[in-house]
Formats: sequence, C-alpha cells, structure tokens
Amino acid sequence: MMILLSALISGLLFGVGLIVSEMVNPARVQGFLNIFGNWDPTLAFVMGGALCVTIPVMTLLKKKEQPVFGTKFEWPTRADVDNKLIIGAAMFGAGWGATGFCPGPALVSIGTFSGDVFLFVGAMLAGMVVHNIVNDRQQSAA
Amino acid sequence: MDINLYLKAFAGGLMIGASASLLMLLNGRIAGISGIVGSFLRVQTFGLSWQLAFVLGLLAAGLTWPLLVGSLTIEIVASPILLVIGGLLVGFGTRLGSGCTSGHGVCGIGRLSKRSIIATGTFVLSGAIVVALLRLVGALSL
Repeated sequence: MMILLSALISGLLFGVGLIVSEMVNPARVQGFLNIFGNWDPTLAFVMGGALCVTIPVMTLLKKKEQPVFGTKFEWPTRADVDNKLIIGAAMFGAGWGATGFCPGPALVSIGTFSGDVFLFVGAMLAGMVVHNIVNDRQQSAA
Repeated sequence: MDINLYLKAFAGGLMIGASASLLMLLNGRIAGISGIVGSFLRVQTFGLSWQLAFVLGLLAAGLTWPLLVGSLTIEIVASPILLVIGGLLVGFGTRLGSGCTSGHGVCGIGRLSKRSIIATGTFVLSGAIVVALLRLVGALSL
C-alpha cells in the first residue's frame, strides 16, 4: 500500500515539476533543441535543477542498504555502451525534436484534452508495444 | 531575457529531482517514465502496480492543475503526421535505448552512469539535428 502511495505522490510531484518548468510545452522544448538556430537555453535549467537534487541524493542512497518501503534498491547494473543504446537514443531524439514531446510531458499534457496530444500518445504507446513484440521475438529466437 | 522563466525552469527541475529522489529513497526504483509505461503495457504485469500509481500521479498533475492552479499552456507546432511519426520514434526509441529524458537525463546522470551520459548526449544532439533539418525543409516554423 505504501509502495503505491509513494509512487502516486512521486508521479504527482514529477508532473507538477514538468508543468512549473514549462517542460510540458512542446514549442519551448523545440526552442531549446533549436541549437543551430535561435536557441532558447532556458530548459537546460530544468535538467540542471533536477541534477542538483539527484546527484547528491543518489550518491548518498548508494551507501544505504534498503529503501524505506521497498525490499531492495533496484539500481541499473548495465555498464556497456552498445548499439541499441545509441540507436534507441538517436531515434528518441529524432521524435523528440520533431514533436517537442518526450514521454512524461506527453502524459501530463493529456490534461489539456487536445486531440494532437492523444495522437502523439497513441503513436508513442504503439511504438512501445512494437518494441516489446520485436524484443520478445528476438529473445525467443535466441 | 526573462529571469522568471529561468527561475521557473530551475524550480520545476528541483521538483523533478525531488520526485526521482523520493521514488528511489522510498521504493528503491528509478523514475524512468518510458520504462514505467513500457512495463505496464505488458499483459503479465497489467494491473495495480507501483508503475500504474506513478502514471496516475503524472496524469493527475495535468488534470488537476487547470482546476486548482492555473492554465496549462501547450503550443504544438508539429503537424499531425509529424506527431504520429515522432510518437512512434519516441515510443520505440526510448524502449530500445532503455530510457528517456527522465531515466537517462535525470536519474542516470544523477548516478553518474556512463551509459546515461552518452544516451543523453545522443538524444539531445539527434533532437537538435532533426529540428535544424525540419526547419531547413520548412516543416517546422520556430
């Protein structure tokens, strides 16, 4: 129960942060990605602000044995840089640049009930399902 | 330069960082939105999970903000066809590359992970190139 409540509150705070920072506004995001044109650097401060918190906190938590409610810390363990990481990140970046949406802001934007948002979110979910199917086929073939 | 925009970006960033830190401290989980959404799209994990609670929190932020605080302004510059192509790329690419702006950009760099630093550099560069190309061919007016 506490696991669900803390995840809900964490999601809510994440969403409010995306709204306050205006990261939810695709035009602003594309202004930030317009590095080779009339660049708007403002949104770099969103990641900057987030890292001001996560770098010290994650460093401290790595020394802890157990989370407050969960049974263990699920730290990602992979350290290799492979083609999937690079190609996946490049594909994501292309879609991010083309639309100004990444997954979090797109989900928060559902609150506007805009048809364009539903179009993007529908396509994003379809892309994820396609990946799951392709990935499962490869794993069962291997 | 509007200093308020920078302050809002930074304040929102602090909230996002606090949210990701809270999820790790309390539940021992990474606040990676593409991973969270991708996991509950699978049939075997469908149901009331911490992932679903987190997404409900995100959605609640977007749904309650206009009622409780103020307007939720989003400006979508991309055409519907770009939204669909971009959505597919974001969905597939974030799963293939194991993360998006939150998982790699906020949590991964927060842990000083080499994979996440490289992934973030890749998707920002890819996004900037796509914005420049789309502006060049007149598909995006910023």
